[in-house]
Amino acid sequence: MQALTNRVKQVDRKPMSWMERAYLPAIFKGMIITFGHMFKKRPTINYPEKTRPFSPVFRGLHILNRDEEGRENCTACGLCAVACPAEAITMEAAERKPGEENLYREEKYAAKYEINMLRCIFCGLCEEACPKDAIYLSETFAPANYQRKGFIYGKEDLLIPHPITEKEAYEKAKGGRVSVR
Amino acid sequence: MLLNIDIALIIEKLALIVIVVMSSLVIAMYATFMERKVAASLQDRRGPNRAGPFGLLQPLADGLKLFFKEEIIPNFSSKFLFILGPCLAMLTAMMTGAVIPWGDKVHFFDRDISLQIADVNIGILYVFGVVSMGVYGIMIGSWASNNKYSLMGGLRAASQIISYELAMGIALIALLMVTGTLSLKTMVGYQVDGWWNICKQPLGFLIFLICVFAECNRTPFDLAEAENELIGGYHTEYSSMKLGFYLFAEYINMFISSSVMISLFFGGYDIPFVNDAHLLEKLGTNWMALVHAGVFLIKAVMFLFFFMWVRWTIPRFRYDQLMNLGWKILIPLALINMLITGGLILLQQNHWHF
Repeated sequence: MQALTNRVKQVDRKPMSWMERAYLPAIFKGMIITFGHMFKKRPTINYPEKTRPFSPVFRGLHILNRDEEGRENCTACGLCAVACPAEAITMEAAERKPGEENLYREEKYAAKYEINMLRCIFCGLCEEACPKDAIYLSETFAPANYQRKGFIYGKEDLLIPHPITEKEAYEKAKGGRVSVR
Repeated sequence: MLLNIDIALIIEKLALIVIVVMSSLVIAMYATFMERKVAASLQDRRGPNRAGPFGLLQPLADGLKLFFKEEIIPNFSSKFLFILGPCLAMLTAMMTGAVIPWGDKVHFFDRDISLQIADVNIGILYVFGVVSMGVYGIMIGSWASNNKYSLMGGLRAASQIISYELAMGIALIALLMVTGTLSLKTMVGYQVDGWWNICKQPLGFLIFLICVFAECNRTPFDLAEAENELIGGYHTEYSSMKLGFYLFAEYINMFISSSVMISLFFGGYDIPFVNDAHLLEKLGTNWMALVHAGVFLIKAVMFLFFFMWVRWTIPRFRYDQLMNLGWKILIPLALINMLITGGLILLQQNHWHF
């Protein structure tokens, strides 16, 4: 029969020779191979001590961004909630009062902002829908929790640390790639 | 008086028994750790490294876990036998250590203390007797579980051990013809002065080695616990420390059978390429005993590593392949080996006259 590709390998069907049937040489060969693996570099990453850098397109937990003066970007427009295919995001808007200009960037802000991490599929559509660059997917995992209600992340879980008063925590949360205007 | 027994002798033997039992327990403990580390490094993994430096406390953690797990005794099992099974396995594993010469002797309080618990002149027969008792632990445990899969595992173990015991015995007969003694101590003594028995009986050693693998239920002959066909094999119904005893007994067995192999074929406590008599004059009896015990331990660890190396290289045999290998290959080979050895000895005794 004519072969369709040039990758065909003919199966060898001739009876085994005496050496092959003795089986011990084959075992010996195998043992040399396994012994060689003792000296190979291990691909394991010692997880809690070392972490693997994520790919630049990794989508982890969400953060709510602040601008460089520490004001919240989010204006509670609800576009992220509309864009969310899993309907994981809920929010309540409130109006900025005089004297709160240092807290919120625009006149409207999110008084309550919740993401149900059990529903979230980390698709990143909220990030794309946001006109104010307020919500971003960071490079962290969703951590484990003991109760279901622990997975409903409120504003205190999501909001990025203040860039001026908590500089270090802010830099850490920002990570390598979240750009702040 | 035929037996020269006094209080001092009893004390020294008791001390020796405690030391041997304790050290074989500790060695078995760390053999489990070594197994995991060797397995990891042969498979490019890291193995246990959380508990203590380099994971050295891992065996303790494992032991604690096993002790605190829930004990389950199945309702329909025969309770007495169910508990007896692992005890027997452990007991027989420990008993074999009695006749192995761990070193020559030490000199304390004007007494020469032999580093062997019992120098019986049928040493190797005693080993065989106790080792074949080991199968009772597995059989009783598997039967008492009242579980068909366990029973099948037990049956496999029993038939395997019985089949391989034959080849093992015949391979050993050839060795006995060469050395002319059954006492392990005398056998080691011959090897200290002359050639190691491995040089005289290479084929015999190979057969013996394969049979030891089968006797210890080690891969590639661990059909008794073939988890993909028999759930867990003979210890399916066991939990907590009773399971631990079975697994532990396997490691003690490994250590003891390595020791037996070392004594039989690898010169026991003999230091290779070193004239022991010269060294003895330099070091004195006690230090020499320490060196001997150390050398013995190094050899044992090398054998343990070999056991693990084989385990993580070769896949498990099929049951019919196992039986074929035992009955159709190893036993005839052992018989031929015995015949050839006998012929050569006969020729030698007749000063090579043809």
